[in-house]
Amino acid sequence: MTAHTLIEARDLYRYYGGLCAVRAVSLTLRRGEVLGFLGPNGAGKTTTMQMLCGTLAPNAGDIRVNGLDLVAEPKKAKAHLGYLPEHPPLYHELTVDEFLRYCARIHRVPRAGLGQALLRTKRRTGLEGVGSRLIGNLSKGYQQRVGIAQAILHNPAVVVLDEPTIGLDPIQIREIRDLIGELRAEHGVILSTHILPEVQAVCDRVLIIHEGRVVLDDTVEHLIREHHLAGLRIALRRPPGIAYLHAIPGVAEVRRIGDERFLIRSLPDRDPAEALVEQAAEGRWGLYEMVPEARSLEETFMQITCGEGPGALAREGAS
Amino acid sequence: MIGVIARRELQGLFGSPLAWAVLCVIQIILAYIFLSRIELFVQFQPRLLGLEGAPGLTDVVVAPLFGNTAITLLLVAPLLTMRTFAEERRNGTLNLLLAAPLSMTEVTLGKYLGLLGFFMVMLVLVALMPLALLLGGPLDFGQLGAGFLGLGLLIVAFVAIGLFFSVLTDHPTVAGVSTFGALLLLWIVDWAGESGEASGVLRYLSLLSHYEPLLKGIFDSADLVYYALLTALFLILTVWRLDAERLPR
Repeated sequence: MTAHTLIEARDLYRYYGGLCAVRAVSLTLRRGEVLGFLGPNGAGKTTTMQMLCGTLAPNAGDIRVNGLDLVAEPKKAKAHLGYLPEHPPLYHELTVDEFLRYCARIHRVPRAGLGQALLRTKRRTGLEGVGSRLIGNLSKGYQQRVGIAQAILHNPAVVVLDEPTIGLDPIQIREIRDLIGELRAEHGVILSTHILPEVQAVCDRVLIIHEGRVVLDDTVEHLIREHHLAGLRIALRRPPGIAYLHAIPGVAEVRRIGDERFLIRSLPDRDPAEALVEQAAEGRWGLYEMVPEARSLEETFMQITCGEGPGALAREGAS
Repeated sequence: MIGVIARRELQGLFGSPLAWAVLCVIQIILAYIFLSRIELFVQFQPRLLGLEGAPGLTDVVVAPLFGNTAITLLLVAPLLTMRTFAEERRNGTLNLLLAAPLSMTEVTLGKYLGLLGFFMVMLVLVALMPLALLLGGPLDFGQLGAGFLGLGLLIVAFVAIGLFFSVLTDHPTVAGVSTFGALLLLWIVDWAGESGEASGVLRYLSLLSHYEPLLKGIFDSADLVYYALLTALFLILTVWRLDAERLPR
């Protein structure tokens, strides 16, 4: 374990009755890192996060937060955690200020620094104007912000956010993403979501969970490069035989998707576009459309979790 | 930390209409009982005067009043304790406490003391009624004090039991009904086997058998121990139940 490892979880298991919700999940989180938890509904994201935050007991496995064992030293370990559960834990009969003050107290924020912590957090989460409003009267988006404020108020080393952007409008989503980007500087962030662009937008590393298992643990950058299997979608007025298309240098596979339309997958690090245009002009194939096809993270995700999806061609070629 | 949670609990109770309604209803019912007992006393006073060792004002008015207060509390305490953990669990706010750097003992004691605070307010309001009798005549302060202590001990145990049933479920009503059932059972448990071998044990278990002597002004440390044991047992069970959520099985 390096000095910068904030969370280290090993071989977590959790059963609900006979159902195994989480199976042998291991993960690490380093300072300055935003880890995206990705998975379809019911994959075990929330269960894993609950275990990481000490609100749910794993059946097996151990978790260390900032080097402290979560089971043996729960009070010390939890002091380094800020947690926004799936349903923000809010007392609707309190005002925002009352609630945040209470949260600060139970997280042992010293009285002296309380006012300042409150102000800073409200500024970061855009709650300045609503301090004296009842939480129950706030809109869903503002309630979500109060939930996030509660998680970062005591300046924890690790911030765990379970679907923080759910139910928010696009502007609010962008604000929350900016905030997460800001948190990255001093904290480690774990974020669960099933919105893929969110992972691409804010995460450094992604962990895809499917049926309780980690099926992929990779940096987002590497993932996009690795799985970014480029291809071309072309349309030809007078298409030649598929063999002609196949013969173009750099082409790995060709598939007919319509009378005049073809999907062409290129070999790694080769771009057949130029050669294709030349040949099309020479052979008077009547090329009238050419769209580069990038496989998005979404397709990777679909491929991993469903075994089906728009990336099928690329996968067939790869296998 | 316990104080912070207790204060929050008390605030929550006084912030809800339920607590005020309960205070109001209890006050009305007990005032009615109180007045009817006074009327009884006034009616019989001339005859009592002639008797040697006749029951006094405290015997006729205060003891029955406190006896009835206990019955009312039996009905009302579950209503107030049932929400403590069950509702928090239901609303997801329990996660806030579970994820915070708090020990489960702190959480339990905080909630417990907050609830007790509310019941103490109720107790003081009830006690004001017999104290008002001082305007008209003398009271047996020993008996009054013992009765007051008895009520206090009952509450201490009721709240601990209620807290435990509240932590078992996420349905406040289920917690309420279970608490009520448990309290009632403990109240009447000595009805069975008036004679026989088991009757001694059952009599010891009964809440009522430890409360009645105090109403008569008899203070026995064994009764105190009974309430202390009962309270400690249910508080420890509550802490265990909460800890079970985070400890590996």
